[in-house]
Amino acid sequence: MTPHFNTPPAQPHPASTTSRRLRAAVFSTDHRVIGIQYLVLALISVIIGTILSLLMRIHLVWPDWPLPLHGQILPEDYLALVTIHGTVMLFFVLTTAPQAGFGNLILPAQIGARSMAFPALNAASFWLTAAALLTLLSSTFVPGGAAISGWTAYPPLSAIASSGPGQALGMDLWLASIALFATASTISSINTLTTIIRNRCNGMTWDRLPLTVWGWFTAALLSIIAFSVLLAAILLLLCDRHAGTSFFLPNGDLVNGILHQGGNGSPLLWLHLFWFFGHPEVYIAILPGMGLTSMLLANFSHRRVFAYRTMITTTLLIGLLGILLWGHHMFVAGLNPFASSAFSISTMAIALPAAAKVLSWLATTWRSRPSYKTPMLFSLGFVSLFITGGLTGPILAQPILDEYLHNTFFVVAHFHLIMAMAGVFGLYAATYYWFPLITATRNHPGRLLSEPLGHLHFWCTLLGAYAVFLPMHLTGLAGEPRHYAQLTGISGPGGSLSPAGVLLSSTLPLNRFITYAAIFLATAQLVFLFNLVSSLRKGKFAQTNPWQATTLEWHPSMNPFPPLHASDTPDISVHRAPCQYQSNKIEISFLPQWEPILLAQDEIVDATDTKPE
Amino acid sequence: MPATITPNKTEQERKRRVEDHDNGSGRRPPTDKRTGGGGDNDNWNDRPHGRRGPYERLHRYRMGLFFALASDLMFFVAIVSTFFVNQSTGHFDAYNHYINEWLPTTIPPILWLNTAVLLISSATIEFARRNMFRETDVMDEWLGLGKPITRRALPWISATIALGFLFLSGQWIAWRQLALQHIFFKTNQSSHFFYLITGVHAVHLFLGIAALITAFSGLYLSRQLETRQILVDAAAWYWHAMGLLWLLLFALLEFGQ
Repeated sequence: MTPHFNTPPAQPHPASTTSRRLRAAVFSTDHRVIGIQYLVLALISVIIGTILSLLMRIHLVWPDWPLPLHGQILPEDYLALVTIHGTVMLFFVLTTAPQAGFGNLILPAQIGARSMAFPALNAASFWLTAAALLTLLSSTFVPGGAAISGWTAYPPLSAIASSGPGQALGMDLWLASIALFATASTISSINTLTTIIRNRCNGMTWDRLPLTVWGWFTAALLSIIAFSVLLAAILLLLCDRHAGTSFFLPNGDLVNGILHQGGNGSPLLWLHLFWFFGHPEVYIAILPGMGLTSMLLANFSHRRVFAYRTMITTTLLIGLLGILLWGHHMFVAGLNPFASSAFSISTMAIALPAAAKVLSWLATTWRSRPSYKTPMLFSLGFVSLFITGGLTGPILAQPILDEYLHNTFFVVAHFHLIMAMAGVFGLYAATYYWFPLITATRNHPGRLLSEPLGHLHFWCTLLGAYAVFLPMHLTGLAGEPRHYAQLTGISGPGGSLSPAGVLLSSTLPLNRFITYAAIFLATAQLVFLFNLVSSLRKGKFAQTNPWQATTLEWHPSMNPFPPLHASDTPDISVHRAPCQYQSNKIEISFLPQWEPILLAQDEIVDATDTKPE
Repeated sequence: MPATITPNKTEQERKRRVEDHDNGSGRRPPTDKRTGGGGDNDNWNDRPHGRRGPYERLHRYRMGLFFALASDLMFFVAIVSTFFVNQSTGHFDAYNHYINEWLPTTIPPILWLNTAVLLISSATIEFARRNMFRETDVMDEWLGLGKPITRRALPWISATIALGFLFLSGQWIAWRQLALQHIFFKTNQSSHFFYLITGVHAVHLFLGIAALITAFSGLYLSRQLETRQILVDAAAWYWHAMGLLWLLLFALLEFGQ
């Protein structure tokens, strides 16, 4: 090729440059941009999901309150709220934000890679996810409205279009949306796994990988195992709905007054397939948060992670056990009692690695006088919520106790504390911790979120989370069922209050308190939104390594701010495991992974060494 | 050295490295300080350079493909386990008799022929794939002395595409034969699975043919030798996986009913 010496570079037309730049920014294959796109998508989803949950809480205690622009919330509307709240929160917030969002934003830098393994596939999976979200939300506006069979979509009601108002087109859109999401997650996990295995920098051995990377790695392994099973289940259900098959349709099923002959299918089969996906899914949501908690507790306590290798093992063990215990969702669904016992044992077995993790978190921080920055507070909150939510796990793992508790609010309290609240606290910790890396551009360094507002946000959120979900244990024990649009006020035979209404009327004061607490919790998040918006504009500029972190994402050349030319970027290599903190020395109290061996040690080695030259 | 050639020596020679404080006594150097490793020869200079150097991209794409195939395997595992569950599921009728209504579908014998065609196509694509990595020819092509590997691989790829279409038309004939006996997708549990499994596999094979056509046109269009190698390699491994999968699925349909 002949070099152009004298010809000036062609100047593109200014109007087309801006449009091209816009297109390049939107359809970018840069993993940082894609990560931020995922986070924005998750933020939009979490706002929608929160509003839906508030509508549910309000409807439970003031059933007559008419929703503006909609009117009375009917029982089927309530079920649609349950369905869309669960789907949006679990898929588009708790799976997307930690695994795909922060996974893209931080993971390559933490292993010393300049990019993901397959950047174009990465962008494709984001746009598939966005299409899935749009498909899901659009189902609200089709005739009949959104699907009403919950995020678990149990057949035969989900297989028969006439079983409810949202079960025709709404259900089809729900299935299409989840199929798109499953495809996108699988692609993104293939990318994550290949990146971690192939793109690590020199010296980044497996046991030097930060625990966050181990969390992402295990969650990605679970994703490629679980999501394709969900995809197969969705395919079978779509065949049942449109091709006249009967994989899940039993013989002689009376739905809404119509007898469906069906074939010889088994609705229980869907439960197996769905929960084989569904239980790993909750670990996909929480494992990155667990890894982050380990790293942040060590960072802010200036301690090494207690039992680092054991933490790697427990992460993998939680992943392995996570695919072996799906049956504990089916104790009341007619499972063989012997199978129930097996699933009960495997469920209780997962308490062991989880307890080991809690032990490590406590031992890492024990008497370390940590600096209570906001990310540290949220990590401690994660530990607190994980313990509180986890303690009810072994209770629900008993088939005999689960018989009573399964369809009550006790389960709602359990999984909201351990998965939803702990997962969200992990996300908040990640946002406060990595905000400088999110906001850094080529022109200015990253900014920090405001600390006083962060503290206020943390304490309100912690208080609100416990105030909402602890009382739900009590109403659940009193017998409050899940998925019921109205608790009291429905008259029974003879015009009196129905027996269920009499039973539940005593829980009404507590339910009113839960609703007030939920409104308080949602309002507290406005503090975060305000903090986010104001700090994006005029937050304090951060230093290159504001938290004295040891992991590679804080390496000066990984930061996008100093605009280095490609030829000037130094080679990155890793010399030690993360979290090398030495609290006894004052001048150097921490040793990042990228720092070569200390000069002093070098001198000692040189003095004792006999060089031939 | 071109980026596409495997060096003949893949093991590094043990030579005395002064910078690693090797004092030449033949014993382990006192420290491996350049790596900061944990002792016991944990020195990344001595490790095989799997992740760097020639074929770095090829290995990356291969690994991505294998993860995709692992995920695809789970997809078929889910469907096959559904097969076994539905096969053994019955129900109680009005007289409290337990009935299992599973009526095995008789598999059209043309599937044996199709299986043979698919096996042959797996062999042809393997010839194409191996031709892409014959080192002397790779060297010639890299240097620009003609296109020997592309020339050798093209006929094998074309043959595989033809055999793939032959297999798909064979499957079509099998479906027609069953339809003539009034056995359709919705007829009974067993026919659900016959059509579902063969249909989903056909979709996968269709994607495989698309990949082969991409590889075929990539041989003409792509200007990088490594890209051409990656295209053929990925299409070939995918094709092999689909062939193996078909053997298992066919055995299930033929003998598992």
